[in-house]
Amino acid sequence: MKNILTVENVSKNYGSFTALNNVSISVPEGSVFGLLGPNGAGKTSLIRIINQITLPDSGTIYLDGEKLQPHHIQNIGYLPEERGLYKSMKVGEQALYLAQLKGMSKSEAKKKLQYWFEKFEITNWWNKKIQELSKGMAQKVQFIVTVLHTPKLLIFDEPFSGFDPINANLIKDEILKLRDEGASIIFSTHRMESVEELCDYIALIDKSNKILDGKLDDIKQEFRTNQFEVGLISENKEELFFEIESKFKVQKSKNSFNNDLRFLIDLKNGETSTDLIKYLNNKSQITHFTEIIPSANDIFLKAVANNG
Amino acid sequence: MGKLKLIIKREFLAKVRNKSFIVLTILSPLLMVGLFSLIIFLNEKNSEEIRTVAFVDESQQLASVFSDTEATKYIDLTALGLEEARVKTKEFYYGLVYIPKSDSLVNLSKGITFFSEDTPSLSLLSEIENKLEKKIRDLKIEQLHVDTDKIKAAETAIEIATENFSGEKSSKIGSILRMVTGGGFGYLIFMFIIIYGTSVMRSVIEEKTSRIIEIIISSVKPFQLMLGKIIGNALAGILQFIIWAISAGLILTAITYIFGVEAASSGSSIGQMNPEMIQQMQASSTNDLQLVLQEIKNLPILTMFFSFIIYFLGGYLIYSSIYAAIGAAVDSETDTQQFMMPVLMPLIIAIYVGFSVIENPHGPIALGFSLFPLTSPIVMLMRIPFGVPWWQIITSMLLLIITFIAIVWFAAKIYRVGILMYGKKPSYKELYKWLKY
Repeated sequence: MKNILTVENVSKNYGSFTALNNVSISVPEGSVFGLLGPNGAGKTSLIRIINQITLPDSGTIYLDGEKLQPHHIQNIGYLPEERGLYKSMKVGEQALYLAQLKGMSKSEAKKKLQYWFEKFEITNWWNKKIQELSKGMAQKVQFIVTVLHTPKLLIFDEPFSGFDPINANLIKDEILKLRDEGASIIFSTHRMESVEELCDYIALIDKSNKILDGKLDDIKQEFRTNQFEVGLISENKEELFFEIESKFKVQKSKNSFNNDLRFLIDLKNGETSTDLIKYLNNKSQITHFTEIIPSANDIFLKAVANNG
Repeated sequence: MGKLKLIIKREFLAKVRNKSFIVLTILSPLLMVGLFSLIIFLNEKNSEEIRTVAFVDESQQLASVFSDTEATKYIDLTALGLEEARVKTKEFYYGLVYIPKSDSLVNLSKGITFFSEDTPSLSLLSEIENKLEKKIRDLKIEQLHVDTDKIKAAETAIEIATENFSGEKSSKIGSILRMVTGGGFGYLIFMFIIIYGTSVMRSVIEEKTSRIIEIIISSVKPFQLMLGKIIGNALAGILQFIIWAISAGLILTAITYIFGVEAASSGSSIGQMNPEMIQQMQASSTNDLQLVLQEIKNLPILTMFFSFIIYFLGGYLIYSSIYAAIGAAVDSETDTQQFMMPVLMPLIIAIYVGFSVIENPHGPIALGFSLFPLTSPIVMLMRIPFGVPWWQIITSMLLLIITFIAIVWFAAKIYRVGILMYGKKPSYKELYKWLKY
């Protein structure tokens, strides 16, 4: 698969502080790429370098196969974490200005703005000043400005902060729709549940180093612990639990449903889920059987902890 | 280039549409006109009022002095005697001049008193004093049997004409004219830098606090944004100055038209003077006017004009980029204090030095500060009307341009880093570190 963005061995230092240390990532075309990491890990530094706001000390970046150049600005749409608009400027005028800065012609920008304003049902805001809008309303305008010039690569830094759940959902749907229309998306966030919902690929940055990247499914596969949650119906729960505990590594689970016996089983190497089911089936009636797949959150915590 | 234009346009419109800008632009000339009209009006009112002054001349020699003038009427109350005249004056008139009896001309001037309810107007007193002095002097001359015609013939009025070694005539009017034009230009630059430099700084801080800055610089280079801001604000400032200049011109013409007519009509009283005097007066006034015109012609107008443009641009660009860097370095306007002082210092020094330069335009202080690039835009402009050697102007301009490039480069670096820094109160050490990022 073709990569829309390739970052090769990028390093960036601010004085004696290292913001990025030899970081490489590849963002496949048409995917949602989650850029994850704790605060101060270097995500924003990397995003700013991709946006050509700052230059890397070393390393190369390719956009759509070409070495990154100033004219690529119009192929990138960027919604920064620290965002805002001119407070005393009118919504329409401001959106036109920002669109023209991205290289759109005035008439083209007007046409597209009309489309988006109608879509978000905000056409009556055109002549309002930003200071008359609520924070959520201003964020909508900001989102429109980011995607207006139909860039190949969209970069969202914490896009859902400041949105209520309804509008956050609206924006999420729009992001997925943009991906389906062919845009590639870099998505930086702390909110792991949105990573789970949106991202196809992720990269994890911690202490200015990339510590993990790849397809989300593959990473989950890698982080599988062979742990299963089991629910059984039994008259004598304590006795049954002791019996199973003697054979497997078991711990009690809190998620009991309808008074069944629930516990977590860690399988050792060589043991398979089929063996487990067979064994349990002989003991009692099974009401629940799932493999515990690590959430993005778990992976995040584990990887960062391992990185020490 | 297209983006720079967009930024300039936005900055210009944002400034021009600002309410305080509109109010200031329209209101300032109106305020000035209002103030001037008020002063002129009050003056007129003052002079329209005719005072009646009574006099009691017991010496019987000075009554002829009290002839009516435009603003004052005199009434002879000698017949009533001092006591009665005082009572009457208190009731009806502005004041009473009392000249006591005297045995000789020498003592005539003693004991003359002015009685009035309030403190009398100084100009009226000196007018009466002058009249009396002149009359008594004439009387004394007559008593001494000196021919008054001979004395008149001996009187001379002197005005020293000055000329420089290349043969250009100059005069006191000329030096005043030079002071006014030089000082005016220097002061204009000073005001412009402070007003519009601060406005650039505010605009940078606004972008920082509204958090739009990162969106903008993901589309344009920080340097482009800074430059656009500086130029846009300057254009707004130039527009404001043009509006002020035009309205000042219009208002001045209007004022001279309205009041000029009255001045002419009041001039009819000249008719009462003898024709010889009128001729003399006219001659001297046309002479003065010609002199002023001559002096204006003598000013190095072309040099002044071009150097004004260069020093104006250079000075404004240097200072406004420093202001932009300060705006980028801080989070709010209250944090700017520690950086403002070092910026204002050279400007204030330049204005002070400028005043001494007007006294001694070619001294070592004048030369030094008109070469030093942070003060040269103000000081050199104040010197130029007095004639400055070409090598000095060229050296000063070269230094200005080199400094301009260096400062804009430094400012752009600090600006580039500063606009993305939040929550840090920067020290000078920190700023120095930013230069190396």
